[in-house]
Amino acid sequence: MTMKTVLGGTFLGLSTTTILILTLYHVFTGKGERISFGWFLEKTSPHLWALLGIALSVALSVVGAAAGIHTTGVSIIGGGVKAPRIKTKNLISVIFCEAVAIYGLITAIVLSGYLEDFTWDLVTKNPFLHAKNWSAGYLMFGAGLAVGLVNLFCGMCVGIVGSGAALADAANSALFVKILIVEIFGSAIGLFGLIVGIYIVSKVQMGDKLH
Amino acid sequence: MKGCIFNIDNGYLEGLCRGFKCGILKQADYLNLVQCESLEDLKLHLQGTDYGTFLANEPSPLSVSTIDSKLREKLVIEFQHMRNQAVEPLSTFMDFITYSYMIDNIILLITGTLHQRPIGELIPKCHPLGSFEQMEAIHVAATPAELYNAVLVDTPLAPFFVDCISEQDLDEMNIEIIRNTLYKAYLEAFWSFCKEIGGTTADCMCEILAFEADRRAIIITINSFGTELSKDDRAKLYPRCGKLHPDGLAALARAEDYEQVKAVAEYYAEYSKLFEGAGNNPGDKTLEDKFFEHEVRLNLNAFMQQFHFGVFYAYLKLKEQECRNIVWIAECVAQKHRAKIDNYIPIF
Repeated sequence: MTMKTVLGGTFLGLSTTTILILTLYHVFTGKGERISFGWFLEKTSPHLWALLGIALSVALSVVGAAAGIHTTGVSIIGGGVKAPRIKTKNLISVIFCEAVAIYGLITAIVLSGYLEDFTWDLVTKNPFLHAKNWSAGYLMFGAGLAVGLVNLFCGMCVGIVGSGAALADAANSALFVKILIVEIFGSAIGLFGLIVGIYIVSKVQMGDKLH
Repeated sequence: MKGCIFNIDNGYLEGLCRGFKCGILKQADYLNLVQCESLEDLKLHLQGTDYGTFLANEPSPLSVSTIDSKLREKLVIEFQHMRNQAVEPLSTFMDFITYSYMIDNIILLITGTLHQRPIGELIPKCHPLGSFEQMEAIHVAATPAELYNAVLVDTPLAPFFVDCISEQDLDEMNIEIIRNTLYKAYLEAFWSFCKEIGGTTADCMCEILAFEADRRAIIITINSFGTELSKDDRAKLYPRCGKLHPDGLAALARAEDYEQVKAVAEYYAEYSKLFEGAGNNPGDKTLEDKFFEHEVRLNLNAFMQQFHFGVFYAYLKLKEQECRNIVWIAECVAQKHRAKIDNYIPIF
């Protein structure tokens, strides 16, 4: 019907067929054991997971902040046509959205600080180092994903409240402070993600020399 | 999530529309207006409101019709400004709003031609929101089929008109039937369009359109008493998207006098309230005014929620009501007939 459904349908159909064909090929040629999640998780480098986590934390946060700023911004502009006084005051809503992107940035920087080089052969032969390095990779992935998703939704939430704040302020300037409080609480939920993310990675250790 | 997606395309226009809505006159403004001694006074008071200097270039003996046309002009400019910037599906939604004015214009033109009035005299009387290119060609039509083939087939009203082609010729009675059939088709199409959009738009618009449909059904019934319209024909004119559908409409179709209509409305909590206290005695409000008040209430409710299209419809309707109010007050002031000046319908 629309472009969206056509593209979505094509992508979904193609990927399902590809996965199905590959799976059946492996099963029927006696190589079924290769379709193994355990093998996949064990053989991928922890650096892949750590960097995915870093990328997700900053990227999803920025998407959330962008969505929020867009939502708020258009309402400020629209409401500002008839009530120009709202434009300066409501920049606060934009700053709240911006803060969400900064949470993601902080997490990404903190996570990057834990990245260390290691020698593949040395680490895979030593079970202690192996466990430490691999768990570090997954912990950083989890932390990044958590922070990214929290901030994505926090950004939307702040954006929608900010849009309401702009329109309410345009109609009645006494309402601005009241809605600002709602917005502050909305913005606080992004901080929860940051705290949990930082706490998750507090035990992370990577590298050749661990004890 | 929905809010973010809505705002990508429509956030600016919603903010703009709400900005326009804040310019609607408050109770305090009306209190000032009703105390005016002359139309010049009225002009002075309106200058202090959102209307500003819209009457500044008018020559001094101000007439009510000038005020009326200037008020309408301002509203139309605002609406078309928003329409020009709208994208799908908001643009279709706003087009749907203008179709009702097109219907009114067509009926006005047909009635005018029936009474042998020159088309040049009628065109300026049409509502500018409902003007369309083929409008001037309307006088060539002598039957509904001709009207459809010559004029309406290329307009967006064509799908609504299909039901009326069977009518034989254009006389006073048939024009009224055509108007109501068109309106019925229009309301039902608009209603299902809003349902299709879904979400808050559907919640809010379907409520307003359902009331509009029920109001038409009730008014058609009341106006048909004492005319040659048969009950079957009458039932065909009822829009079927309101709350009265299906039981209430069936009961309305059987009604024979005002009391029976009132009895039907008794079953519906919101409509029974409107019939209570409505009457033609001095001091009573007419049923029509009660309906207008209810409409204003519903339209105001549209502004209680964000991220939906209902505000554009509600804004236009509220502003129209305001124009009617100002014209009513201006009329009372001009004719020095102050007894009924308070009969306007307050919005806030």
